[in-house]
Amino acid sequence: MTTGDLATFLSAGVRTATPLALAALGELLVERSGLINIGLEGAILAGAFGALLGASAGGLALGYLAAMGAGVVMALIFAFFVLRVRADQIITGTALTLLSVGATGTMYRALYGSGGAALRVPTSGSIPFPVLSRIPVIGPAFFDQPLVTYIAYGLACALSWWLYRTHAGLALRAVGEEPEAAAAAGIRVVRVRASAILAGGVLAGLSGAALVLAHAGTFAEGMSAGRGFVAIAIVILGRWTPAGVALAALLFGAASALQFAFQAMGWQVPYQLFLAIPYALTLAGLAGGVGRSRGPAALNRAL
Amino acid sequence: MRGWRGLAGALLGVVCLLGLSALLIWLGGFSVGHALVALWGGSFGSWYALTSSTLVRAVPLMLSGCAVAIAFRAGVFNIGAEGQLLLGATFATGVGLIAPRGGPIAIFMALIAGACGGALWAGIAAVLRRRFGVLEVISTIMLNFIALNLVAYLVRGPFQEPTHAYPQSSPLPDTLHLPRIPGMGRLHVGILVAVAVLIGAGWLLRYSAAGFRIIAVGENASAARSAGLIDVERVTSRVFVASGAIAGLAGALQVLGVTFALYEDLSPGYGYTAIAVALLAGLDAWMVIPSAVLFAALESGGSAMQRDANVPSTLVAIVEAVLILTALWLQRDGRWARARALRRVVSPRAES
Repeated sequence: MTTGDLATFLSAGVRTATPLALAALGELLVERSGLINIGLEGAILAGAFGALLGASAGGLALGYLAAMGAGVVMALIFAFFVLRVRADQIITGTALTLLSVGATGTMYRALYGSGGAALRVPTSGSIPFPVLSRIPVIGPAFFDQPLVTYIAYGLACALSWWLYRTHAGLALRAVGEEPEAAAAAGIRVVRVRASAILAGGVLAGLSGAALVLAHAGTFAEGMSAGRGFVAIAIVILGRWTPAGVALAALLFGAASALQFAFQAMGWQVPYQLFLAIPYALTLAGLAGGVGRSRGPAALNRAL
Repeated sequence: MRGWRGLAGALLGVVCLLGLSALLIWLGGFSVGHALVALWGGSFGSWYALTSSTLVRAVPLMLSGCAVAIAFRAGVFNIGAEGQLLLGATFATGVGLIAPRGGPIAIFMALIAGACGGALWAGIAAVLRRRFGVLEVISTIMLNFIALNLVAYLVRGPFQEPTHAYPQSSPLPDTLHLPRIPGMGRLHVGILVAVAVLIGAGWLLRYSAAGFRIIAVGENASAARSAGLIDVERVTSRVFVASGAIAGLAGALQVLGVTFALYEDLSPGYGYTAIAVALLAGLDAWMVIPSAVLFAALESGGSAMQRDANVPSTLVAIVEAVLILTALWLQRDGRWARARALRRVVSPRAES
């Protein structure tokens, strides 16, 4: 493997990791409040479709906005059913993913026809960092990326600070560990959870926007392709911490970038096995292989 | 009581579904009459559609729906039916490739192997839950994706057909195909197996001591543990494994009765639709039968709608999602809410 191959591989890894990291950071907030949103997959897909509609109507900025809006709509439905109706989180999430697959597929076919003439939308180009991008190998991989990638980096850092150094972050963690105690301490549990769900929706939408506007430049039915579930795995593998989530997202990104690297080098390697490795690692991490890998105590407990 | 609620839910579902489909079709600017005729024609409208399309699709939905229902009843959130189904299909294909001469015994062995594959996959999650307290919701999702990648690897590696042109296994010989039911088109005898499993499971849950233990554990594990002398961990683990075996059987029947080969897209998400099927059935094994037929009809009618009236078949997914959300809304004062209310009486807690 030459350094050029390595740089390409790393760059592809970071690019693949970006939407995963964004969605996983959102899910991290939701899980830290004691809920699991399995509908994340659907929210990413809704974001991707929103990005397509927005960008084809009014350019890139509108695309990002519409994507986040679509994520918020999905989050509102989830919040209504889980917090107000007190429905089961897992079933609600499953229904939302199904809803999103159906709604985006139907609208896409109704608007653009099922033949699927390849739609092109504008993509946001990469913005090289002045000095850092010239570091050999890792420079282009980490510092010559689209804006959303930098937003993901910034968000991971900001959340690390917010979660552990602010009152609001403490409130969120308290709600996820001991909702009764948090309520007794005067924290509005439902309000905190609703905010976490909405923030998760915004980030899921942004993740979908990254897929369409920073990478593919087009929309395809079901293009989220399981990324929502990968993001849930990433939250676990990252041990419910922002920094861990960022690293885990890079690991998943690298695992799927391997297939391109193998293809580029003409190796006949069963890359599907590599794709399965991060999931197996996640399971091993959950089983307590190394160190603390414990979720918020109230995770998925009935409300 | 539960059964009646399931039936009422199913009937309401049908009405809801037709109204909602019509509304969506109208919103999309398509001809409502034309589309509904196609929906009906592709699902129940002809003997051919009913037997060769709807009921054929109902078989995996019945079994995986049953797998989900019994697991949920025991408080095990097994959302890994999809992965367990794939493992079942893989194991059944494996037996088929080892025993190419076929015959009834080979078919029987393949079905057993399929059930074992599903049980093995669920067993991993059951051990993780029991030994390490891993939430099965998470572990079964991971196992679903590992299963999918495993199949993707096998059909390009060890199981690939001899010409190495397509990502699928060699087709199984005719002698390994499940016999079809005479006069019923492509419907294979697997439906009899599925109905038998569902009737048996429903009977077990209603009338046997084991069923009583399962429901006791699902309703209130701590009460079952302290008052009923029930080994909660053992009950949940066994139900988990049994649930996996049933989903695995669904995969085996699919390979031996419908696809006759292993490939990645073997299941168009049966294991996920199963959650909706089980929920609409009120988690009652007997009610899973009509519920599975309803969902199968929707999906096969949806394909006909796309073909004949050019209405996107994905519209069916919206209808299914709305069905689930409606069921959640209707059950807001149902079992789960009752259990919560009970807990609140036992240990009063602040408004949360």
